[in-house]
Amino acid sequence: MIADPQIEANGRLRHLLSIEGLPRTTLVKILDRAEDMAREEQSGTKKLPLLHGRTVVNLFFEPSTRTRTTFELAAKRLSADVVNVQLATSSTTKGETLLDTLRTLESMRVDLFVVRHKASGAAAFFARHATPDVSILNAGDGQHEHPTQALLDMFTLRRHLNGRPFSDLRVAIIGDILHSRVARSDIHALHTLGCRDIRVVGPRTLVPDTFATLGATPYHDFARGVEGANVLMLLRLQRERMIGALLPSAGEFHADFGLTEERLHRLGPDVIFMHPGPINRGVELAGALAYEAPSRILDQVHNGIAVRMAVMAEILGAAR
Amino acid sequence: MNPDTSPSAFATIVPTVVRGVRLLDPATATDRVTDVIVRDGRATPTDSDTATGLPAVDGHGCWLMPGIVDLAARLREPGATHKATMASELPAALRAGITTVCLPPDTDPVIDNPAIVARISMIAAAAHGARVAILGAVTQHLAGETLAEMSALKTAGCVGVSNAGRPLASARTARRALEYASGLGLTLHVQPLEPSLAQGGCAHDGAVALRLGLPPIPVAAETVALGQWIALAEETGAHIHFCRLSSARGVQLVRDAKARGLAITADVAAHQLFLTEEDVLGFDASCHVVPPLRSAADRDALRAGVVDSTLDALCSDHQPHEPDAKVNPFALTEPGMSTLETLLPLGLQLCDETPLAPLDLVRRLSTAPQAILGLSRPTQGCDWILVDPAASWRLDTTTLASRGHNTPFLGRLFKSRVLRIFSTSPTPL
Repeated sequence: MIADPQIEANGRLRHLLSIEGLPRTTLVKILDRAEDMAREEQSGTKKLPLLHGRTVVNLFFEPSTRTRTTFELAAKRLSADVVNVQLATSSTTKGETLLDTLRTLESMRVDLFVVRHKASGAAAFFARHATPDVSILNAGDGQHEHPTQALLDMFTLRRHLNGRPFSDLRVAIIGDILHSRVARSDIHALHTLGCRDIRVVGPRTLVPDTFATLGATPYHDFARGVEGANVLMLLRLQRERMIGALLPSAGEFHADFGLTEERLHRLGPDVIFMHPGPINRGVELAGALAYEAPSRILDQVHNGIAVRMAVMAEILGAAR
Repeated sequence: MNPDTSPSAFATIVPTVVRGVRLLDPATATDRVTDVIVRDGRATPTDSDTATGLPAVDGHGCWLMPGIVDLAARLREPGATHKATMASELPAALRAGITTVCLPPDTDPVIDNPAIVARISMIAAAAHGARVAILGAVTQHLAGETLAEMSALKTAGCVGVSNAGRPLASARTARRALEYASGLGLTLHVQPLEPSLAQGGCAHDGAVALRLGLPPIPVAAETVALGQWIALAEETGAHIHFCRLSSARGVQLVRDAKARGLAITADVAAHQLFLTEEDVLGFDASCHVVPPLRSAADRDALRAGVVDSTLDALCSDHQPHEPDAKVNPFALTEPGMSTLETLLPLGLQLCDETPLAPLDLVRRLSTAPQAILGLSRPTQGCDWILVDPAASWRLDTTTLASRGHNTPFLGRLFKSRVLRIFSTSPTPL
């Protein structure tokens, strides 16, 4: 196996590129630190001085409002200076390579780049070429990984578990698994934390059998896939790309794999469900369910800030 | 690599005695240690006493074999001379024992008319390296629609035709291209990859691509295309050469078709016999190739195919790039490896790791591809190379002669060094 570029020899987190390869201790440390951050916030402290004088650049090659906003808020609450750079993917076709973009911004004395790009491996690419004093935080690279989303999902689940182990969880991830960086990161994170019952559920065009190699059991039937599950992780369906090509219609997907009140009811009182957003009402789930118990969707959004603060503080080596 | 690589000392047309050499001649099924007179494209075993008066070379511990005929090497000229030129690549090929390279028609402009053939032949002759055998385009501009003037291309010197991996408009176009080419006695070189299944992909549809989230190219892209072309070969009786097989199922389809007596030949790129999808882990862009590196089982089946001669030839599939072409996230990099100089060393390694006999290796590297290109002319013989199979060297940017340094083998130790080339003609060597 290739040496993990995320972790320095002394165990320090240099970059956050993927959940795969991240040691359990590091993962737990981030979650613990996120708890600290959340507690501070709850006690009324809105701003911590940890990253005072540091510069964070949100380098987004894909349009994003939500994720970028949470990274921006997280950095600001740590007192960092934040710059948002939104580059149309096409601008790199004008002769400037990704490496040129990195070099240009690096020379402005940036400490941390939060990178989102449509190509899998983009974050690893930036990390490979970054100068030694610059860190990379993956905010989503193609269909590969979205590590902070998985961390905030684990944070949310850990709070839900309230002291019980992750091995108590039986998780069904539902929807477009194939193209989902969230699903990949969640599967790795659940594994690392000790969950042994992970299913991936959806039509066969979106749930290839190869997922078994990641330790997730594929199901193409909703009822069988969610049987006995106590956590449902719904994924966003990229409607523009899916309908007609990989799915006959959004309606048929909802009929077969959408979360409805009736299906939820059948799973009993112990189940919770999550969704990374933005939701397609009436596709992944019936609109009325979105923010009602047992939905954890708003918790996820809220927890996202504390988790991203924790990751930034860990990477930039700020003492507690 | 070679102590004296100046063309004059390295390549010679002077009749020479090679003493105590292991002669590997597939044409006569010879594999024995002997003194040999190399003269006019022929290597003739001889008694030491009779070979007097000729310049002599000590061949102890070395192999004397026909020059390597490489069925596919992109030379990047004309059209992409920022990557490489014939002046950079043809001497590199020769130094690696490749005396003839076959150039696919996807140069820029594409090789779809006699003027381009003439121009390329001229540039090649001036490059003082390996000879160039040229494949003409099977359709105009390689656009897949209108047949190219194949008869004119043949007259101009093309040894076969190909669409260089670019799609043909329809199965009907494919059938007509095959019929027309075969009517002229031209072999159609086909890279079997169904475009609608391969499009946008950059890695084998398997566990690694899934893990890394890379757009996949399924094995079916190869087998669907093979199925169609085999059906057309069956119907027309035409000779198809399948280029760059990558999968176990692909090898099996070719094996079955050959068993039915179809006029089919096939090759594999040497790196496919050593690398797998696992080498892509870590998003290593130097392992971005098309067809993609597949599973270990596919690699093993390809090796078995070489051993049992289902795969007739080993080629380099050389694709040199400038460094920038590989500086990007994996899927956005240009596919291809620089492989001229690893073809023979990897072949030797194959002999070490499989039951492939040295004489069969030599056949896959020289006489078989030569026959596929229709270059076997019994009266003329062929080029010969003297190889030290045990000489070891480290592949790095200083030992590579090719301008393309895009190889995943940087830093690796390899065996075999080409000591001398015995050519049949003074040009273009």
